[in-house]
Amino acid sequence: MTLHKATITGTGMSDIGRNTGRPAMHHLVEAAERALARAGLTRADIDGICTYPGKADNSPGMSPLGTGEVRGALGLQTRWHSAVPDGPAQMAPIMVAAMAVMTGQARHVLCFRALTESSSQSAGRRASIAGAGKAQIGGWLSWLVPVGAMSASNWAGWMATRYFHEFGMTREHLGMIATGQRKFAQQNPAAVMQKPLTMEDYLGARMISTPLGLFDCDVPIDGAAVVIVSAADAARDCASAPLRIEALGSALRSPETWDQRADLTTMGAHDAGADLWQRTDFKPADVDVLALYDGFSIFVPMWLEALGFCGHGEAKDFIAEGNIGPGGRFPVNTGGGQLSGGRLHGFGLLHEACLQLWGAAEARQVANAKTAVCGMGGGFIAGAMLLNRD
Amino acid sequence: MRPLPELTSESTAFWTGGERGELMIAFCDDCASAIHPPQVVCPACLSRRVTPRAVAGSGTIYTFTINHQPWLPDMKVPFAIAVVDVDEAPGVRVTAPVDCADPATVRIGQRVAIGFERREDVWLPLWRLLDAEANR
Repeated sequence: MTLHKATITGTGMSDIGRNTGRPAMHHLVEAAERALARAGLTRADIDGICTYPGKADNSPGMSPLGTGEVRGALGLQTRWHSAVPDGPAQMAPIMVAAMAVMTGQARHVLCFRALTESSSQSAGRRASIAGAGKAQIGGWLSWLVPVGAMSASNWAGWMATRYFHEFGMTREHLGMIATGQRKFAQQNPAAVMQKPLTMEDYLGARMISTPLGLFDCDVPIDGAAVVIVSAADAARDCASAPLRIEALGSALRSPETWDQRADLTTMGAHDAGADLWQRTDFKPADVDVLALYDGFSIFVPMWLEALGFCGHGEAKDFIAEGNIGPGGRFPVNTGGGQLSGGRLHGFGLLHEACLQLWGAAEARQVANAKTAVCGMGGGFIAGAMLLNRD
Repeated sequence: MRPLPELTSESTAFWTGGERGELMIAFCDDCASAIHPPQVVCPACLSRRVTPRAVAGSGTIYTFTINHQPWLPDMKVPFAIAVVDVDEAPGVRVTAPVDCADPATVRIGQRVAIGFERREDVWLPLWRLLDAEANR
């Protein structure tokens, strides 16, 4: 209600893929061109830029581009710029950009995320392994990596093991998420995984970190996505219906690490999700499409509970009843998600939710979708957003 | 090889206590809160008087995972990594690999005891399953 002065006016995604061999900047510029076209804007209209986390090489290909390079490549003349390495997960740049346009720092902010994890991995540098190749590691990772928990799959595995133990969830429940999102991917030509995925395939795949197997983990890719956040008065002239940012939630009430939260059947999402609904009159029942962070499949039931679509421990039944797959009442990650679409760190999921609200999701379009909820992040980082159009 | 932890004024006691076989946890001198990972201020009462001290070195497995993927060329798999509620330090969990012949035997609720493995100038913790009797 109070945030109606910030909108999303355009999104775009590059031709993503595995081991594309294309420079990150080519992906980025392609995504920017598509987002500008969707918004009906030109480069000259963009006066702000924001990203998460900023140029970083702590994990190969995880964030190859900073705001400076992107301003340079696009020839942008900005009035405001920022990178947000420390904030409400992958949602941080969208949130900060919303605040920037609401306070008059900029009118149209280009938010971006670029990854080249697939090419980096093929070049012999394993992606997504914290601290690989370093002799020493500091900060919260120093309590996980040196004791053998090098991969986020281990950290998510702890949550899944505990959740299974308390609530009787099984691998079949997670398999319903993976196979359901694959069905969505098969309706989305941009998704990287197009082959059918059966429950048998899912259960037969090699284990990564119990109880999570190969198809519980998202797919590293090369690609970029751009989201343009605009002031409401500036959005009136745009080509696509402005998507109002109805509410944001970014609360965090547990320590900055993956093993110390008192209840590991919940995560930061539960703090951010509760906060979101306190800032709007909308209810979960008003939501038409969901974009939920699925770096690992177990995050999906956690986000469903965090956002109040079902009670604590009830997500396994909610999923088994067919609510979140194709044709479900609350379709989640209609583009195939990161599990089958590829990992753009939440920006791909948000792009898909926006396509749905613009009626541009083609074969997988949810009829008359007007309201979307996005939950980004896993573990202790989380940001939630509610989008709505007329 | 896995990276080793950077040693800081707050963390050195934890990472070197293994030389004496001790699990060192930071406690507030004023309100007795246990603080982990260790920090120089007590989050409960803001006291700056925080001191590491040895606890019994036992605990209960809160959760775990069995890692099957060799993330590094020299990583031997599978192995279990347990998140353990530590005795005598309410609210503190210590995460470490489980030193056992068959990781498939690891369960939530099992009682465990601390052990250590020396790597250069640090002693990395590991958890050993206490006998079946203790886990009954």
